[in-house]
Amino acid sequence: MSGRVVVTGLGVAAPNGVGAADYWAAARNGTSGIGRLSRFDPSGYPARLAGEITGFDADAHLPSRLVPQTDRMTQIALVSADCALADAGVRPGELPDYDMGVVTAGASGGFEFGQGELRNLWSKGGQHVSAYQSFAWFYAVNSGQISIRNGMRGPSGVLVSDQAGGLDAVAQARRHIRGGTRLIVSGGVDASLCPWGWVAQLASGRLSTSDDPRRGYLPFDAAACGHVPGEGGALLVMEPLESARQRQAPQVYGEIAGYGATFDPKPGSGRAPALQRAIEVALEDADTEPGGIGAVFADAAALPALDRIESEAVTKVFGPRGVPVTAPKVLTGRLNSGGAPLDLATALLAVRDGVIPPTPHVTPAEEYDIDLVGSEPRRSALRAALVVARGHGGFNSAVVVRACAG
Amino acid sequence: MAATEFTLDDLKRILLQGAGAAEGVDLDGDILDTDFEELGYESLALLETGGRIEREYGIRLDEDQLVEADTPQALIALVNATLAPAGQAA
Repeated sequence: MSGRVVVTGLGVAAPNGVGAADYWAAARNGTSGIGRLSRFDPSGYPARLAGEITGFDADAHLPSRLVPQTDRMTQIALVSADCALADAGVRPGELPDYDMGVVTAGASGGFEFGQGELRNLWSKGGQHVSAYQSFAWFYAVNSGQISIRNGMRGPSGVLVSDQAGGLDAVAQARRHIRGGTRLIVSGGVDASLCPWGWVAQLASGRLSTSDDPRRGYLPFDAAACGHVPGEGGALLVMEPLESARQRQAPQVYGEIAGYGATFDPKPGSGRAPALQRAIEVALEDADTEPGGIGAVFADAAALPALDRIESEAVTKVFGPRGVPVTAPKVLTGRLNSGGAPLDLATALLAVRDGVIPPTPHVTPAEEYDIDLVGSEPRRSALRAALVVARGHGGFNSAVVVRACAG
Repeated sequence: MAATEFTLDDLKRILLQGAGAAEGVDLDGDILDTDFEELGYESLALLETGGRIEREYGIRLDEDQLVEADTPQALIALVNATLAPAGQAA
């Protein structure tokens, strides 16, 4: 075993495109999925812009046994897992149950389902709470439901580290595969665009209060004013390179080549933030020099203090304007645990097609010495890309994806 | 006033609302004596179904008896037995 772990299937659900092909076309063209929240009336709330997935019909894709027991985020995750497995040419029924696992990230659990049942509890009483509330709002519910639906009983779990969780989950999946598991579905999907989820996200103090979909989420811009939340994410089919070749997988998108994770020092300690170290560890783990990275998919917090930390980390590792930096998430909003897996999928597609997707509407502030890919996609023969993700509370994670020769 | 009667159609309606139907299972077939498990309903689905019946009919089902009612026939009988005294009291 070389220990090389590759991605052979992608399942994507994003506000600007459902399905990897539609999403990738939207990301390249700069098509945005951000607009005024429509799932409930946001007029009484300080933040009103969101990245919503429109036209998702759970009943059309899932058995009627599953729909009443699942939150929207789980329904989107189940359909995305189906897409990823089909894309990889994998029929789970043909593999031994214990050779397949599921490791997802969760940032909030099933908020919309939970809100409905908590409303039943306080307005009507305990008799009116769904029995499915017992698991439908768990962090681990997406992993559990994907596992049950596909008969995947190998190593499984959930990682909870806000937006960084998607990378931490993929790294955990890689560990399991290196430990002998043949296939893991990994990544994350979140969808908390209900009033309760909205209030919970508002409490972070990081949401944009803009009403202009083009100006609401502007990372690295002098006008940065917080982020727009979105829903969705991506699930990836991961397996050993040998196994993918042996079964003649339809495609190998690339390798999960390196991973680094750090935790920030306590605020006020005076010690430096730890993001740069996470990037360095990921590069070391991938056994690559900074020059081997063709693009950085930024965390892109869109808060000046956090943008500064990220731009400095990138500049210190890669040199001033030393690598193209992009943030296609300005078209989707931040998707919590779904954000980084979507960036991984995007990075793999960028490597496949030799195109770095754009960061529309953003004019980088002068203080940031980074080469931000502007409003047009950029042609590049990149072989590897770095995805950076940070979670509220001090989580820093970075993953290197790399093309697989031959 | 006639006492309410709980029928197979009522049960099917509530099952579909609360738990859906498994693929390949025809609830319109002869299911009265088929195990719920065979029909694709695990204990949680039956807990949900029991809760919905209780809310709709304003009754409380005995928990042990609910767990033991493993076919539609048995559950319908349990609901009707629970309804009857409530009906008489009214």
